[in-house]
Amino acid sequence: MINAAYLAKAGKKVLVLEKRHVLGGAAVSEEVYPGFTFSVCSYVVSLFRPHIVRELNLAKHGYDIIPMDASYQPLPDDLGLCRWGDASRSRREIARFSKKDSEVYGEFSKVMTHMARLAKEVIDHPAPDVASINPKELSSLLRMGKVFKNLGPELLQMNTKLLTMSSADFLDLWFESEVLKGPMSASGVIGTFLGVRSPGTAYVLLHHYMGDLDGAFRSWGFAKGGTGGISMACASAAKSFGAEIRTNVDVAHVKIKNGKAEGVVLANGDEIDSKIVVSNLDPNRTYLKMIGEDNLSPDISTEIKRFKLRGSSGKVNFALSGIPNFCKKRDGLEFMKGDIAIAPNVDYIEKAYDQAKYGEFSERPFINIVIPSLTDPTLAPPGKHVMSCFVQYAPFDIKEGPEHWPKIADKFGDAVQNTIKEYVPDIDSLVEHRQVVTPWDLQETFGLTEGNIFQGELTLEQLLFQRPISGYAKYKTPIDNLWMSGSGTHPGGGIMGSPGELSAKSILKEKVI
Amino acid sequence: MPIQTPFHVRTSELNKNLDWKDWGGYFAANSYNVVNDFEYFAFRHSAGLIDITPLFKYKVTGKDASTFLSRLIVKDISKLKLNQATYCCWCDDRGMVIDDGTVMHFGENEYFLTSADPSFSWFSRFIKKQDVHIEDVTDSVCGLALQGPTSRDILKNICDADLDSLKFFWTTSAKAEGFEFKISRTGYTGDLGYELWVKNEDALKLFDAIWMAGQNFNIRMAGIAALDIARIEAGLIMNGVDYHSSLHALIPEQMSTPYELGLGWTVNLDREPFMGQRALQSEKKNGSRWATVGIDVNWPDLEDLYHKHGLPPHTECGAWRHSVPIYDKHQASKQIGYATSGTWSPILKKNIALATIEIAHVKPGTEVNFEVMVGHHREKVRAIVAKPQFFNPARKRSVLNK
Repeated sequence: MINAAYLAKAGKKVLVLEKRHVLGGAAVSEEVYPGFTFSVCSYVVSLFRPHIVRELNLAKHGYDIIPMDASYQPLPDDLGLCRWGDASRSRREIARFSKKDSEVYGEFSKVMTHMARLAKEVIDHPAPDVASINPKELSSLLRMGKVFKNLGPELLQMNTKLLTMSSADFLDLWFESEVLKGPMSASGVIGTFLGVRSPGTAYVLLHHYMGDLDGAFRSWGFAKGGTGGISMACASAAKSFGAEIRTNVDVAHVKIKNGKAEGVVLANGDEIDSKIVVSNLDPNRTYLKMIGEDNLSPDISTEIKRFKLRGSSGKVNFALSGIPNFCKKRDGLEFMKGDIAIAPNVDYIEKAYDQAKYGEFSERPFINIVIPSLTDPTLAPPGKHVMSCFVQYAPFDIKEGPEHWPKIADKFGDAVQNTIKEYVPDIDSLVEHRQVVTPWDLQETFGLTEGNIFQGELTLEQLLFQRPISGYAKYKTPIDNLWMSGSGTHPGGGIMGSPGELSAKSILKEKVI
Repeated sequence: MPIQTPFHVRTSELNKNLDWKDWGGYFAANSYNVVNDFEYFAFRHSAGLIDITPLFKYKVTGKDASTFLSRLIVKDISKLKLNQATYCCWCDDRGMVIDDGTVMHFGENEYFLTSADPSFSWFSRFIKKQDVHIEDVTDSVCGLALQGPTSRDILKNICDADLDSLKFFWTTSAKAEGFEFKISRTGYTGDLGYELWVKNEDALKLFDAIWMAGQNFNIRMAGIAALDIARIEAGLIMNGVDYHSSLHALIPEQMSTPYELGLGWTVNLDREPFMGQRALQSEKKNGSRWATVGIDVNWPDLEDLYHKHGLPPHTECGAWRHSVPIYDKHQASKQIGYATSGTWSPILKKNIALATIEIAHVKPGTEVNFEVMVGHHREKVRAIVAKPQFFNPARKRSVLNK
C-alpha cells in the first residue's frame, strides 16, 4: 500500500490487487465477533518511519497512534514487574528484584539508543551491495561505515556483540534478575524459530529500541481502531494520489514473456497488463508461485527455498465480557494498558522453545498480551474487552505435518488460555469468543508462507544485502520489471513501511515507468 | 508516579501553591506560595526549610570503607576525620564526572554518602573482595535542610548538640525530645545552614520540633525554585542542569571533568590510584578545554535593549535552567560557550548565570556577549566573566564558640 502510494504520488498509474475482502495483509482490523474489533495478526506499532507519515500525509488520512505506557510481567501471587515511561517508577519496580539492575537499566537503554541510531541509518536506505564496485554502492557503504566509525571503539564492540550474541547472553552482560531478563530476552526471539539462548537473537532486541513515536524513542503504541487503521490510512493516501484498489482479486501468477513481467494472470483466467509488477508477497511466494520455477535458474530456486521462513508463532484473540485482571494486588488498570508478557524467566522461554524444536507447540508458551480496548474503547462494547495474545512457540512444522494444524488449533487455544489462567484464574468465565490463528492460518488466510510474520526470519544472514537473497536485495528480481516491496526485502518486518517506501523510491529512481 | 516523602503529610498542608515536581521519584515542592520570593529571602534573612529526602543516600561500612571510597572518589576520603564531611565528585576512568555529592564520616568505618543520581550499582561493582558494605538508605532515612542566618538558633532550641562549635562541613549527633538525629553543617544555599538526617519513623517528630521552634525565627518552607536562586548565587552546580553524568551522556560533548566544572579543588591527584586519576593527571598537565564560570550580565545594556523595543526592563521570575549561547566579545558570531542556569540575584541586584566557557575566555573580567530574548527578538548584551561564587557571606563558615 505504501509502495502504491509513493508511486501514485509520483504521478504513476497504479492498481493494487488484494486477494482478501479486506486490505492490510497482516496489519488488519476485523470484526471477528459482533461488537469486537480484533487486530487479528499484527497488534502494536513502533517502527513505522516518521518520514513516511510526513511524505504521504498519513495523519490527514487517519493514521493515529495512541502510545502505550507500561510493560508488565505478571507473577502469580506477586505484584510482578511493571516497567513504566516514568524512569524513577521503573527503577523502584526493578529494585524489588535487583537493586543493581534497577540502576543499570538506564545504562542499558543508553547503549541501545546508540545502537538504534546506527540501525536506523541502515533501515532508512536500501542495503548497499558489498560485492559491487559501482561507485554509488561504494559511497553508500562508505556512508554506513562513517556512522560505525563515529560510534567509537566501545560501542563498536557492543555492536559486534549485539549482532552475534544470544539475547539471553547479551542481557547477562547487564542484568541479574530473571524477572527482568525474561520479558526482555523474549523480545529477541519474536518471529524467529530460535530460542533466547540461540546466537544472533540479541540483534532482534534492538528492533524494540528503534521505534519512535512523536519524536520519543522507544515508544510503542496502538493504532486507533486496531492495526488495520494504519492500512486504511495508507490506502486512503494511495487513493488520494490516484491509485486504484481492488479487493477479492486472486492473482495466480505474474505474466512473464522473454524474462520480462508484463502484468498478472488472475485465478479466474483474466489478465491485467502493466509496465511493471510489484509483489509485496514473501520471497517464497513471489519467486516460486508468482514467477514459477520454470522461469528461474535452478541456483536461484534453490537459494529461495533455503530462505528461512519457518513460522514459530500464532495469535489467540479473545472477546471478553469483562476486564481480565492480571494482578489483583495492584491498584487501577494502568499496569495493563501496555503490553503484558508471560515470560517470567529466561528458562521458561527456552523450555517453550525446547518443545517447539521437536515439532510441538509450547504447552506453556511465551505470550505477549495487549488489551487495546482499555486504551481505545471503540474496539469493544462498553465494559467488554478485546485481548490479543501473540503466542510463541507454535512451529509451522508440527510433528504431524503443518496441514494438521486445524485439528489441534483448539488444543493450542486451550494451552494459551490455561497459561493465562495461572495469572487470571477467572479467565474462562470471561471468554465470549476465542479466535485461534495458527501458523497454518497465517499461511492459508494471510499468505504468509509457513506462517512467518516477518516474511522471513530476521536473522543476520537474511538481512541487508542478503534479504531475500544476494544479488536481488534491491527490490529487483531475476525477472525484468518485476519488483518486490514486502517485509521479505530490506529492512524487514514489523509495521515499518520501509520496504514499500524504499522499493518505490528505487523504482522511481530507475525511471522504469 | 512519584511517591511521597515521610514529611509529605506536613509539607502538603503547607504547600498552598500545589506546585510539585518529580525529584528522584519523589514529590518535591517547587514552591509553597504563588509569590515565592519570600522562600528565597528566608534563606538569606531568617531560615528556609527544605525537604531533601529525595537525595540518594547510602551508608558505606566495613573495614575497607575509607580505602574503597578513596579509590572511587577524586578526593582522598581516608583523610576525612571522624565527624568531618566533604563535598566531592566521582569520575569514570576517562576522568569524566559521574555525579557529585557529600561524604560524611559518621563513625569508625562508617560513611554516609549523598548523591543526585542512583549510585548503588556504580559503587557496588567495585567492591569485589573488600570488606565493604553499601546500604541504600534513600527510602529509610530522610532529610531536611534548614538554611539561613537563624537556622542555628532554631536548632539550638530543639536539641543538645553543641552548634556554636560545629564548624562548616562537620557533623554531629543530636538528641532531641524523644528521638535522635544527625546534623551536618552542609547545604546547597551558600549560607549558614544545616542538613538533618533522621530515620523515617522519627521524621514528623523532627519536623514538628523544628517548625515549632522556627516560629520565633521566621522559618518558612522553601521549594526547589527558591533553592535554585540561592545555589546559583553560591556558584553551586547541579547534575543534570549545569553538567551531565558521563553515565547518561550520549556524546562526549555532554561530559565534563572535575577541572572543567570548577571542582578541581576537590581532586587529590597525587596519591594511591583512584578512578580517573590518569586522565586527570594528564589534563592537569596539558590543561583543560573548558571551565565553569559565573556570568554577570550587564544590566544597563539590557535596559537599553528593552527600551529600544519599547518595553520596560524585565527578568525571568526566579531561576532558569536552559542553554543560552555566549559569544566572543569581538566576534559576535563566534560562540565560545553557553550558560546553563541563571537568575536575577535579589541580594546582589545582579543578573547572573553559571556558564561553561572555552578556556581562553575564562579570566575574571573578560567581556563576552550574552544572548537574550527581548520580546520576540534575539539580541546580545555585554556580560563579564566572573568566578562562579557570587555570594559567600562570612556567617556561612562562622563559629561562635572557638
